[in-house]
Amino acid sequence: MTNQKGRFGVHGGQYIPETLMNAVIELEEAYDHYKNDPEFNRELSELFNDYAGRPSRLYYAKKMTEDLGGAKIYLKREDLNHTGAHKINNVLGQALLAKKMGKTRLIAETGAGQHGVATATAAALMGLDCVVFMGEEDTKRQALNVYRMRLLGSEVVPVKSGTATLKDAVSEAMREWTTRIADTHYCLGSVMGPHPFPTIVRDFQAVISKEIKEQMLQKEGRLPDAVIACVGGGSNAIGSFYHFIGDSSVRLIGCEAAGRGIDTFETAATISTGRLGIFHGMKSYFCQDEDGQIAPVYSISAGLDYPGVGPEHAHLHDIGRAEYVAVTDEEAVRAFEYLSKTEGIIPAIESSHAVAHAIKIAPAMDKDKIIVITVSGRGDKDCAAIARYRGEDIHE
Amino acid sequence: MSNIKKAFENGKAFIPFITCGDPDLETTAATVRAAVANGADLIELGIPFSDPTAEGPVIQAANIRALKGGVKTDKVFSLVRELRKDVTVPMVFMTYANVVFSYGSERFISTCAEIGIDGLILPDIPFEEREEFLPVCRKYGVDLISLIAPTSENRIGMIAKEAEGFIYLVSSLGVTGVRSEINTDLESIVSIIRKNTDIPCAIGFGISTPEQAKKMADISDGAIVGSAIIKQLAQYGTAAPEHIGAYVKEMKDAIR
Repeated sequence: MTNQKGRFGVHGGQYIPETLMNAVIELEEAYDHYKNDPEFNRELSELFNDYAGRPSRLYYAKKMTEDLGGAKIYLKREDLNHTGAHKINNVLGQALLAKKMGKTRLIAETGAGQHGVATATAAALMGLDCVVFMGEEDTKRQALNVYRMRLLGSEVVPVKSGTATLKDAVSEAMREWTTRIADTHYCLGSVMGPHPFPTIVRDFQAVISKEIKEQMLQKEGRLPDAVIACVGGGSNAIGSFYHFIGDSSVRLIGCEAAGRGIDTFETAATISTGRLGIFHGMKSYFCQDEDGQIAPVYSISAGLDYPGVGPEHAHLHDIGRAEYVAVTDEEAVRAFEYLSKTEGIIPAIESSHAVAHAIKIAPAMDKDKIIVITVSGRGDKDCAAIARYRGEDIHE
Repeated sequence: MSNIKKAFENGKAFIPFITCGDPDLETTAATVRAAVANGADLIELGIPFSDPTAEGPVIQAANIRALKGGVKTDKVFSLVRELRKDVTVPMVFMTYANVVFSYGSERFISTCAEIGIDGLILPDIPFEEREEFLPVCRKYGVDLISLIAPTSENRIGMIAKEAEGFIYLVSSLGVTGVRSEINTDLESIVSIIRKNTDIPCAIGFGISTPEQAKKMADISDGAIVGSAIIKQLAQYGTAAPEHIGAYVKEMKDAIR
């Protein structure tokens, strides 16, 4: 019988070096204590509301709905949060927890830079030192976010190992954590890694579905028929799904990055193309070769460019509670342009994967059906890269 | 019970680590033979992994070189079959959980037993997750080696009591790699280990000089050296075995 701690079906667990075991045990004990502590929850709510700008809006996308001519479309506007993405929800929770644990330093990995910026922000706010690991390739794709993190007082370490993208940033942050545990909290940015991270991050992101539910009941007097979110590691998706998991009438749809297509090697669609494995502290699905070597994945979106998926998503897939679909670069870029022109909202290229799938399915749905798309982040950071994708050479 | 205890019957054990296929499998075979001829007591063979999260830059680079050279798990098994024609010292594999899991635990571990691999070191399998592979390891008589770290503290006794083969005591925080100084209070850790088990305990991570090896072997049952050997493979390539043979002799002489 394998260890049942932190399991979602067969997925999850704590596959990490012995050096880190006491650190994750300490974290689990602290979290179990503080998650029920009224003072902690009061402080976190205050940070969510007064600092991050929660609750985020649930916006009826009237023009998009009329244009597609099918289901009614609502956008959950996580892009309007402070720092421009859902990442701040998790980071404020973890930074507050780290502070309560007496830690004075945060380390984090980042792909697109949104989690790094959010961590740097929380570190500045709470007076913590901060070091962010970012794949060298991503520091080029997201140069503005590198500057932002430095402006906020964080050190940014470009990671050159492996494919120099998100997975290598995670590996490097884990390596750094093994060298310095006493004063350092690893502020993991997604619902992945060893237990208790997938649970902690999920709980802090679950505010998204809690709000969607309340807002939807207020606006429509009923639950939505589908909730759609993009999935890299899967933090905004699990946050968007969580409070609907028990509501079987609500379809939960996660959109993975297909890159140039799931029939090519240039893809990051883990559930479509991966298989069960053990990596980065967890058992889950991973893109890998026949020998278990982790595949060098690709997506236009640095935030979805990860060869694994959070263990709870792997489980929701196994039991058929959530559907996972793959969206290509081209479809995501078109959705990026579409939402900008139709609603005046520039979504992050990550979130554009979710928008793209809604554009595919909404027209075939009845007009009395309701779709909620989580716009996990704003797309300003992506403008230069999308322009380049379209052949326009602009520099930030 | 495997043959691992034999490695500790010849005074303090010297345990070199070699990444299979860096720069090619022929060089790995020659390096193992050179190490054995010069007094190595147990050979730790690394099966390369794309993302070795417990390794420092030196062994990371060796993993990449080996994979670029086309090493596959099956080719590593063939290498061991070939080595076992004349190499009699105990040998263990060091790799990551996914390499074993992906091959199929039963298929991988039964092959280990068949070709003469005595143990398995998996740095991303802590005590809590050992059930993932332990039942299969026991079925085939392959020791699943336990690691103890400077941060193990209250966990040392629990891990030591259940340990098999030998205990791999990690000398310092962080990842593998050469260190100028090792500051952990290893004597206290070893004394807790001794109270809980009779199996031998070897120290690794950061050891490169004969002085360091002697110091580590004096307080334990042996010294494990990886990065300092891999550096010579990086420097000398296919000519490395001769240099590594001389190095192993110097290290074994220092701790003997």
